[in-house]
Formats: sequence, structure tokens, C-alpha cells
Amino acid sequence: MPEVRLVNVTKKFGKIVAVDNVSLQIRDKEYFCLLGPSGCGKTTLLRLIAGLVEPSKGEIYIENRLVNSVPPEDRGIGFVFQEYALFPHMNVWDNVTYGPRVKALGSKESERLGREMLEMVRLFERLDAFPSELSGGMMQRVALSRALAAGAKLLLLDEPLGALDARIRNELRYELRKFVKDLELTGIHVTHDQAEAMAISDRIALMRKGKVLQVGTPQELYMTPQHIFVAHFIGESNFLEGYVSKMTRKESIIELRGGLLVRTLDMKHKEGDKVVIAIRPEVLTVEKGKKRRVNSISGHVEGFRFEGTNVRCKIRLENGDLVLVVRPALMTEWFNVGERVTVSFSVEKNFVFPYPERGLKRELTLE
Amino acid sequence: MATSSIIKFLDSASSKSSVRYAFYLSSITFFATIILIPPILGIVLKWNTMAETFTKPSLMSRATTAIYASFAIAIFVSIIDVVAGLPVAWLVARGRSRWLNVLDTFVDIPFIIPTATLGYSLLLFWNRPEGISSLFGGNLLSPGWLLVILLHFAFSYPVVVRVMAGAILDYKREYEEAARTLGAPPFTTDRTVTLPILKPSLIASFTLAFARSISETGATLIVAGAFENGPILINNLKTAQELGYEGALVFVSFILIVISSLIFVTIRLLGPRLKMPIKKVWPVTERKLSGSRITNLRNALSLIAFFLLVLIPSLFVVLPAVYAIINGTLNKAVVGVGIWQGYWQSLILSYSVGVVATLLNTIVGLPMAVLISRRRLGTKLSSILDVLVNIPLMVPSIALGVSLSIFWRSFAVMPEMVLLILVHLSITYPYLVRSMVAAIERLNVDFEEASRTLGGRPFTVFRTIVLPLTKYSLFAGAIMVFTRSVSETGATLAVTELKTAPVLLVGWVNVLLGKAESPIPITPLDVGLGCGILIAFSFIILLISRLFARGKGRY
Repeated sequence: MPEVRLVNVTKKFGKIVAVDNVSLQIRDKEYFCLLGPSGCGKTTLLRLIAGLVEPSKGEIYIENRLVNSVPPEDRGIGFVFQEYALFPHMNVWDNVTYGPRVKALGSKESERLGREMLEMVRLFERLDAFPSELSGGMMQRVALSRALAAGAKLLLLDEPLGALDARIRNELRYELRKFVKDLELTGIHVTHDQAEAMAISDRIALMRKGKVLQVGTPQELYMTPQHIFVAHFIGESNFLEGYVSKMTRKESIIELRGGLLVRTLDMKHKEGDKVVIAIRPEVLTVEKGKKRRVNSISGHVEGFRFEGTNVRCKIRLENGDLVLVVRPALMTEWFNVGERVTVSFSVEKNFVFPYPERGLKRELTLE
Repeated sequence: MATSSIIKFLDSASSKSSVRYAFYLSSITFFATIILIPPILGIVLKWNTMAETFTKPSLMSRATTAIYASFAIAIFVSIIDVVAGLPVAWLVARGRSRWLNVLDTFVDIPFIIPTATLGYSLLLFWNRPEGISSLFGGNLLSPGWLLVILLHFAFSYPVVVRVMAGAILDYKREYEEAARTLGAPPFTTDRTVTLPILKPSLIASFTLAFARSISETGATLIVAGAFENGPILINNLKTAQELGYEGALVFVSFILIVISSLIFVTIRLLGPRLKMPIKKVWPVTERKLSGSRITNLRNALSLIAFFLLVLIPSLFVVLPAVYAIINGTLNKAVVGVGIWQGYWQSLILSYSVGVVATLLNTIVGLPMAVLISRRRLGTKLSSILDVLVNIPLMVPSIALGVSLSIFWRSFAVMPEMVLLILVHLSITYPYLVRSMVAAIERLNVDFEEASRTLGGRPFTVFRTIVLPLTKYSLFAGAIMVFTRSVSETGATLAVTELKTAPVLLVGWVNVLLGKAESPIPITPLDVGLGCGILIAFSFIILLISRLFARGKGRY
């Protein structure tokens, strides 16, 4: 049962801490995504699991076996590289049967595995072709079948769709998930594309600067982000700065810039705390004119764009903050730039985070 | 002022394709008339003298034995070089220890030292009572074929390490990682993935080692004793001037040139088709071979081989040089008393010829490199040119010298100096072109195209994009031309009586060994110091090139 467990794993390259004290459990037969901006350490984490780099500290377990000193060839893994790394001097067939051959599974078994895997990715008829003669999508499928033919139960995918065209990427990502599920494998998929991760993962670990910020299902990450960066990276959010001016039994009242008071159900903070409210653009509503209701703030339209399914509306609030509202195009009024409007949100559909120590802008930067 | 207007003129002229082609054509013409055709015609001119040789069975058998020895040694040495050099190249390219940087520099030493000096150093180390042979009661190895093999191993070794270390650094490590994740232990990975992918570089390093071995004359003369390979035979024939020697001279030169060229062309054509055995795998054995004990043993053995057979023997001559400084020989040298006057003259001659050859070859080599790498005259012609420009590398320099000397002397009465420069041009021509062809081929064409779309004329593009981005290779190529010219012995011996530094040193050693006479006595300390000074200059050049290489803007 390929379950992967990382305990306090740290990896340093010289002075740079690529992976910083990460503990993580990936369940058997799970499709798991390591998600984060470039340079967050997700690829290093994957390479640590593969044994391509050794941890500076901590333990890595695969199927409850400590594998820290086990070389990659003995870890029972399959690895799909971002640029595929198909051996240029071997044709498709020799690439795919390389694993069975070096493991000396016998020519009959090698042949069976090679045939099976190539048929699965629908490339059996191209077995004579060399990698340089294949398209990106084909190379990707050969790389996948090569990793699978080696008999791996744990499939590690490093940005496997990164080098492909957008359309092919969208098709292949569901295919990847299907293969992993059909073959009852555990899949760990590294990506920087949140839409990709949301679409195919059972669970996601969102990373930043070598640390795992939150682990959860796509829904959990979207619905209940536990870190301000998660709210920013998964989906979109508007961030409004303020401080808790009063706590009641059920609600906290937050004073935004310009003395605007809004109410939330958040009870995690105490009076006087400096906070940031994150509100999804799709839960904000906009109406023409000036309205006086709970959590309604007036402003004027600064930009309005029709995007097909949705319209995106940039609104400058009366306190000078800028918010983005996204509404289904067929279900909302259209506005003109400069028009006076009122923006409202409900007391429950928002997240309140403590104001980041290093400032909001720096906390949200992807670099 | 003047230069900027010249550049302006060249920029605008380069827009016309007729001007560009005239330019390329002149570079091909230079190559054909100075480098390629003279040695061929030289042989043809004396074609009829060869017939005599066939009527003298003893001379004939001596010639065939020598030719056979040349090729046998070159092939054997190149194979051993690749086997022993590969692990060290691996260490240099992959190792993370600081010591490996030092090793990296050490590896270049036998390449940068003029080979004649290297030969004397090896002779001291293995044969003279001052060397390690003293531990074994003197004379460990007599001059002869074994010492020739050791010598050729030492001076071809850096080429292999340099080429392979570069290739390993450039190699995409993901292939190796992919093989590991598919279940292959390190040994299997190297055998079935890494080395087959690096095959072109393996072939290139073998070819270069072979070329160096087949071509070397000066150092071989020092350690050969009674042994004869092709170049030594040519030299002996020339010195002895026996009856009918000219025919044998032409015959041996002709055969050496033809076989070397054939081997080179064969490697070029068949090399890419050479298949390495990668299908079969022996998991248990290969797993054992991948173990750290075997790997460490392999590394240790190849490092020991490097230090014991290459580095220490190559630098051994430093000892008498240092002693010479202490005991006052240096003062004699600096003042230029006795033999030392000739020494300084030869040194100046060597370096001036080197500078002239480097400058001229840079000027004529650059357009040729562009022509070949950017396929300016079509793929076919470019690849033919690519093979042709490399031929001087493969041909024994003394044989080349013999035919060049026949050619030029039969044409006109030429000052010796001009002849010397022409020969050095021929021999060093491939180095700069090779280096630049490789660099320009690596350079992404996009940069050039971007510059064109921004309004750059062809020469502007070359001047502002190609040259700055390849300047490191240009410099490396120029250094190679220069060091090769300074170290050249064989062809120099063949064409002229002028004494360049290595020729002079070979003469000194001959006096020391009792093979020649000198009016002024020559001591081992004199020779040691003579070699030491040459090495010191080489080190300065090595240091400068290292500093240059380390600077920012290496692409």
C-alpha cells in the first residue's frame, strides 16, 4: 500500500531552504497535488520523495518503510518529468520497456507490460518512433507509460502538463487522473496551476517558501482557507484592511479604512486586533444607487469588462479601497464606468485573517 | 575615428549578398591555397621519388614498421586515455569538493606545457638517475616504445578530460534521473543512458587524443631511443640524409597523411552509426558494480593513474629548474652567456610566430566558422568543409611539414621565417575554427534573428551579438592556436633550420644523451632551467585564460 509519509523534512541547498520542516501524509490510492508558486519547494519535495535528492533533516516513509537512504531505483516509484526526459537514443518501445529490462523481469513480461502500457495510452502503433518524431502530447503519454511499465505503484508527476498547449493540457489532466484511479495507484502531482490542481486532486497541499500552508480537498481550500495566502492563491479574493472595533456574542464588528463598519461572524480575533477581511469577488453583489444596509458600502464603477460567462467589475469604494466583483453575465445588471453603486456582502461569506506581520502586499506576493 | 568609419562601411557593405559571398569565398580560398592544397601538391611533386623506396627492402620494412607503430600506439593510447580519463572527467564535472577545482586546473597542465618539455620531464622521471628510477637503482625505464606510450598517454590525457567534463556538464541530468526512477542502478544508468547520449563527445575525445598522439614529434624524439614511429623515422631520415632518403621521406609522409585522413573520415562517417550495447542488462553484477566501494576504488585508481602517470612526471622537470635557480645557472641564463643567447632568441622566435599565427588564423578562421556552423553554403558543402578543416589536426605534423616544405620551396625562394609561419598556420588552423563552430552552433539563432528584425545588418549582428556571446570560445580557440604553435616541433624540424624553443630543447637533450655534439657544454641543469622557463610562461598563459574564463559573461 503506497502511502507516503513525510516527518519534519527539511532540504537546504547551501543557504537556501527549499523545503522547510514539512510533515505530510499522502494516503494510499489518493490523487494528491503539491500546489504553489514557482520556487515554493514543491518540485524539491517531489524529488525528495523520489530519492533524487536527500533530505537535510527529517524522515520519509513509503509504505511505512523509512526510505531516507534507499536509492531511487529501489523505491518502487514512477516519475514523469516536466520535459519528459525520454531517452533520445531509444525508440518508443525501448523507452517504455526500459524499466522492466533493467529490473530483469524477463523478455516475455517486459513485452507484455510494454504492450499493455502503450495500448493504454493509444500509442502502440508508434513504437518504432524516436522521441524527436513525436508531438508534445505523445511524448507526455510515452513518458507516462514508461513510468507505469516499470511497475510503480506510486506515480510522481513533476509539472507533467506544463510543456503542453492549453487544449491538450485540459484533456490530458483528466486522463492522468483516470489512469491513476483505474490502476489503483497513488499519484503525487506537482503543479503551479491552481485550476489544474482543483480539477483533478483528491487533496491538495498548498506550499509557499518551502512550507505547507494548508492541506485539504479542493473544496476545503476554497471554502475555508486557513491562511491569507491560501485565500489569495486558490480562487480570487478582495482584501480589505481594518481592525476589530467591537465583539458581540455572535459577531465581530470591524472598522475598515475611512471609518466604515462591517460585520462578520468571525470570532477568532479580539477587540483592537488589526485584521484583513478576504471576500471572494463572486459573493459580492452590486446595485445601482446608494443603499443603506448591513455590510453595504457605496462607491463608483472604475472598470467594467464582459468576459463571456461573467462580467468583471472594478469598484472604487468610498474609503478609497478597490474591490473586484464577478457576476454571471446573464444574471446581473450592467454598469457604466463612473456610475454610483453599492457593494454588499453577507456576514458569513468572508474570511478574517490577522494582519500579516510583514505587510499585506509582501505576504501575498508570488515571488 | 578611422576604425568607426571602417566598421560603418563594413556594416553597410554586409547588406549586399555579393559582398558577403565574396567575403566567404576569400576565406575558402585562403583555406584551400594555404592549408589544404599545398601539402597534397607537395607529395604529388615528388611522387616519382617514392619508387626508389620500393627497390630497397630494408628501408621499406623500416618504413612499414614505423608507420604501423605510429597507428598502433595512437589507437592504444587513445583507448587507455578515454578509459582512465572518463572517471576523472566525471569527478571534475560532478564533484562538489573544493579540491576538485584544483584537480580541474591540474588536468590542463600537460596540455599547456610544450610537449618537448613534457618529454624531457618524463625522461627525467622514468629514466634519469634523478627521477624515481633512483629508487629502483637507476634506469627504471629505458627510452623506447614503453616510454613513448607513457608520454603519449600523458599529453593526450587532458584533451579527453576536458572534452568529457564539458560534455558531462552540458548533459541534461534528467535522463539519468529518469533511468534511476525506472529502476536502474548507477552503473546500468551510465552504461545504457548517459554514455550512449554522450557518445559524440566520447568519439570526439578519442579522435583528439588519437590526433595528438599521431602528430607529436618533439617529445617523442626525446624518449624514443632506438624506437621509430612515423614522425621519428622521418626525422631520422632527414638528419642522416642517406642515399635516396627523399623517396622514403615522401613515402612515409604520404602513407601517414592518407591513413590518418582515412581514419578521420571513417570516424566522422561511421561514428554516429556506432551502436553501443544497451539492450542486455545484468542486474546482479551491475548492482554490485554500482556500489560505493567499487565506485570509490575506481575513482581512487583513476586519480592515482593521473597523478603517477600524468601530473608528477609532467612536472618533474621543475625540480632541476628550481635547483638551477639556486645554484646560479639562472644568472648565466639571464645574462645570456654561451648557449643561453640562442635560447632567448628561440624563445622570442617561438612566441612571435605564435602571436602571428594566432592573429592570422583568427582573422581567416572566423568567417569559416560562421560558414560551417550556420550552413551558409548549404548543408552538404558545409559538412564537407567541416571535415576538411579538421584534417590538419589528424595528420602527423612532421609529415605535413615535409610536404609543405617541398611545395613552397619548389615554388619560390622564400624567407625561412615566412615558411615557418605558413607551416604553423596550417597546423594550428583547425583549433580556432573548431572551437568557434561549436560555440556558434550552440548559440540560439533567435538572438541573431532578433537583432536583424531590430535593424541590424549582417556584420552588425556578428559584431554585436555573435562575437560577444562567443567570446569565451574565441579566446579558448586562440589560446589553443597559440599554445599549439609554441609547442610545435615536428613540422618545424621538417621545414626549416630556424630553431624555435622546443626544437632547441630537443637539440639540447640530444647533446645530453650523447646523440649530438655541441661546441659549448650543456648540463642537465641548463636543460632543466630551459624547460622550467618555458613552463613558467605556459603557466602565466594558463592563469590568464583561467582568469578570463572565470569572469562574468560566460554563456
